[in-house]
Amino acid sequence: MASKSLKNLTAPLSGNNPVIVQILGICSALAVTVQLKPAIVMGLSVMVVTAFANLVMSLLRKGVPSRIRIIVQLVVIAALVILVDQVLKAFVYDVSKQLSVYVGLIITNCIVMGRVEAFALQNKPWDSFLDGIGNGAGYGLILVIVAFFRELLGSGSLFGYPIFEKLGLYELGYANCGLMLFPPMALIIVGCIIWIHRTINTNLQEK
Amino acid sequence: METLNLFIRSIFIDNMVFAFFFGMCSYIAVSKSVKTALGLGLAVTFVQTMTVPLNYLLNEYVLAPNALVEGVDLSFLSFIVFIAVIAAFVQLVEMIVEKFSPTLYNQLGIFLPLIAVNCAIMGGSLFMQQMVGAGEIRNVGESVVYGLGSGLGWWLAIVMMAAIRERLAYSHIPAALKGPGIAFIITGLMGIAFMIFSGIQL
Repeated sequence: MASKSLKNLTAPLSGNNPVIVQILGICSALAVTVQLKPAIVMGLSVMVVTAFANLVMSLLRKGVPSRIRIIVQLVVIAALVILVDQVLKAFVYDVSKQLSVYVGLIITNCIVMGRVEAFALQNKPWDSFLDGIGNGAGYGLILVIVAFFRELLGSGSLFGYPIFEKLGLYELGYANCGLMLFPPMALIIVGCIIWIHRTINTNLQEK
Repeated sequence: METLNLFIRSIFIDNMVFAFFFGMCSYIAVSKSVKTALGLGLAVTFVQTMTVPLNYLLNEYVLAPNALVEGVDLSFLSFIVFIAVIAAFVQLVEMIVEKFSPTLYNQLGIFLPLIAVNCAIMGGSLFMQQMVGAGEIRNVGESVVYGLGSGLGWWLAIVMMAAIRERLAYSHIPAALKGPGIAFIITGLMGIAFMIFSGIQL
């Protein structure tokens, strides 16, 4: 694999992360992070949709007039999301119920639309596909970090396994932080991730 | 009474931004001045009030099981139908406003295309579909109320955020936290404040 293609794959993981640097796709990101399992399923779904939307739009890029490209993109993305939704309903029904409307909201997820507009319309199919995988993975990474802290501190478990109870922390007087399970804490955790990330990558700081 | 309850609930308790994170992308990007925030909020409220009832009618008479043809369930098509209605409606509004009110068009113009991909609009329609299933929205009137309420809730959130960010320009924030970082944390704190409304029943 050429190094340029590899860069398409790895850049979105940290330096050009879609959530914390490009500030895209937060809409559907945070509500699914109460537990790790739905967060991972959501991350994978977005990765699949972004990768294939990029691939399809990159193949179509010479045939679609720019005036109607938004509607073409929406149709392609919506069709992919319907496929993902049906697959989730068929194989992981309980997670699909937990994700509720957020699967449908992948359609309006700015990451998918943003990557198609910014990348797939100017690049070759294979590069676009890798870019889609990379951005989906970067999104999934943030989801997993947020979900890890929320599930661990909020309900004392990981993947539903009661880790704090097994360690015997409750007998020592530890109590779960119920606030972690409420939506506002997801925002504050993302704020802290951005803080740490920009402290390390000083070139991203705003003047 | 239940309609009023739905209205209050959709503005404060189930606030689009603080409870569900809908429309966060434009919320963070456009909340830098109160004036533009007011414009975008107005546009979102308008589109939301129109598209939620439109999608309600489609959901009721086309997509629901046995609605169009006996024994056919088209509900798997709802994503694509909803987004098509929203995109078409936004396009239509843009053309009408441009034709009849150039001043308003100049103020709202840049925001209108953004709204088609605003998660708050799509989310409103998807929640409406869920609430129909749960029996909380029973007729077109209530879907209008829900659309208006959730739009106003979003408007309220973005205007408050813009007002806070205007003041924030004068405060000393750690360099790494400037911009989106502090915006997230403030939204989180505002969300905690809005939790006070939960459980209110009229």
